[in-house]
Amino acid sequence: MSNDTQDLAELEKPILELEAQLRALDMDPAKVKEREKLARKLEKLRSEVFANITDWQRTQLARHPKRPYTLDYLERICERFEEIHGDRHFGDDAAIVAGLGWIDGNPLMVIGQEKGRDTKQKILRNFGMPKPEGYRKALRLMKLAEKFKRPVLCLIDTMGAYPGIEAEERGQAEAIARNLLEMAKLRVPIVAVVIGEGGSGGALALGVADRVLMLEYAVYSVISPEGCASILWKDASMAPKAAEALKLTAPNLKALGVIDGIVPEPLGGAHANWDLAAQNLKDAVVNAFSELADLSAEELLESRYQKFAAMGSVG
Amino acid sequence: MSWFIKKRQQKIAVEAKTVRVPEGLWVKCEACRELIYRAELANTHNVCPKCGYHFRIGVDERLENLMDDGYETLFSELQSADPLNFVASKAYKDQLKRLKDEGQDQDAVVIVEGTLSGHPVVMGVMNFDFLAASMGSVVGEKLKLGAERALAKKCAYIIVSCSGGARMQEGTLSLMQMAKVSAALAKLDMAGLPYFSILTDPTTGGVSASYAMLGDLNIAEPKALIGFAGPRVIEQTIKQSLPEGFQRSEFLQAHGMVDRVVPRDKLKDWVAACLAWMLPVREA
Repeated sequence: MSNDTQDLAELEKPILELEAQLRALDMDPAKVKEREKLARKLEKLRSEVFANITDWQRTQLARHPKRPYTLDYLERICERFEEIHGDRHFGDDAAIVAGLGWIDGNPLMVIGQEKGRDTKQKILRNFGMPKPEGYRKALRLMKLAEKFKRPVLCLIDTMGAYPGIEAEERGQAEAIARNLLEMAKLRVPIVAVVIGEGGSGGALALGVADRVLMLEYAVYSVISPEGCASILWKDASMAPKAAEALKLTAPNLKALGVIDGIVPEPLGGAHANWDLAAQNLKDAVVNAFSELADLSAEELLESRYQKFAAMGSVG
Repeated sequence: MSWFIKKRQQKIAVEAKTVRVPEGLWVKCEACRELIYRAELANTHNVCPKCGYHFRIGVDERLENLMDDGYETLFSELQSADPLNFVASKAYKDQLKRLKDEGQDQDAVVIVEGTLSGHPVVMGVMNFDFLAASMGSVVGEKLKLGAERALAKKCAYIIVSCSGGARMQEGTLSLMQMAKVSAALAKLDMAGLPYFSILTDPTTGGVSASYAMLGDLNIAEPKALIGFAGPRVIEQTIKQSLPEGFQRSEFLQAHGMVDRVVPRDKLKDWVAACLAWMLPVREA
């Protein structure tokens, strides 16, 4: 069966039904055996469903409303996090959360895009679409990390930089561009992880890193599949085709040399088990930083340069 | 008829504007008007237990709040001169003499050296009781020397600001203190040493437009008045009344100038954590 256009909701439906049954059984201590059987069935179903997942379904997984966001991960991977606000120029953009963090006692700067969980938070955080002041805050704090020789972790999760009048007035393009230049010069290790959506320039503005990782079902693209479909097919309903064509998934981008590694997600996606997703993320981040720890600033900058200089394909 | 009288009384009541915690067994909160038992206020670092209003506090209390015991006061011998022979409604000389007679012998800033939760630091605390903590040559000189001391000791520098601005009585020499202290902070920055600016109520004028805004971290106490031009000057210039919360710490955080608003009881721990984040791990 071709499930090219099959919606994620449809795909997840039998899984959700089984989960509900399992929850109902949880209440009853007498039915241990039955519960175990059902749990095995659920696991099997999950692996079957997720073995043949399409790129469009992956895109929807990356946007899943129950998927853990930056703050959910920070809570789980940092034993302490102290948020720092503001760009020292115009404002404090809640679409980017940044501050001093500690992972296993090691201080680092943490910067991440945050979509917001409930309606109030989504509005406060502008659905994770940063404005120039967000990118300028991120840059200011990267410079602070550089001054004190602390590594920088960027968590990328945005449908894109905010397309709005005030964002243009304040120089959205300049803010993104500046980050690309300055990150290329930053004399401390940078690890970036696409945890959900890597929406174009708005994602790359936190993504010029020594190690760029993606969670298994995250996507990273120059444009959304819907946007691409309506421009090149002149039909937004062609989004599933566009998702396939854009090669925006983690395995595709690893093969293209755009990213350095893939962080495995729990069966069923990160939203199925936040703690396990966070543990995997933490392991990958710690591993990446330890690989970079012994490089001098010059070596870091040179290998970062070589990495991005090699990107692209010419016939 | 009694409510007529009440109404009239309300109208003529003048708002009492006390700067510091007034003497007496009971204190009325400036913000919520609650009567607070004085001993209780001492336990809360002079923060209203009901509404969280932060009373202004003096230099000694601030140092006690932030520094570990056993700090040493530096540069206390420096005294203001009167380079312009300045006379307005009062002569500057007479003002300085009166303050000295009252026991204010440290001008508007006190510099100390010691530790904060074990981290070696040099700290300057401005004194609002000395000519509204205005910045003249002595303030600038002491803050510069403080920065140089931190540089020599390779330790963090912290300035707790409050100020009405530059000291008019010393003319343009006061203005130049902004450049002088900032230049000293540039040296600290180039040496990779941390500088924290802690902004307290009120920090305005030339102090806000120099070292108070230049911290690696700018930290403010809740609801402190922070701005370049004072609210009265702005109101008179633009002939509009200002919105609620304008130029308060939270407003500055929302506008990107203050990194974090931290309540007084958390301040020491917070600064210590940030220092630990910044400073190299010392070899055992």
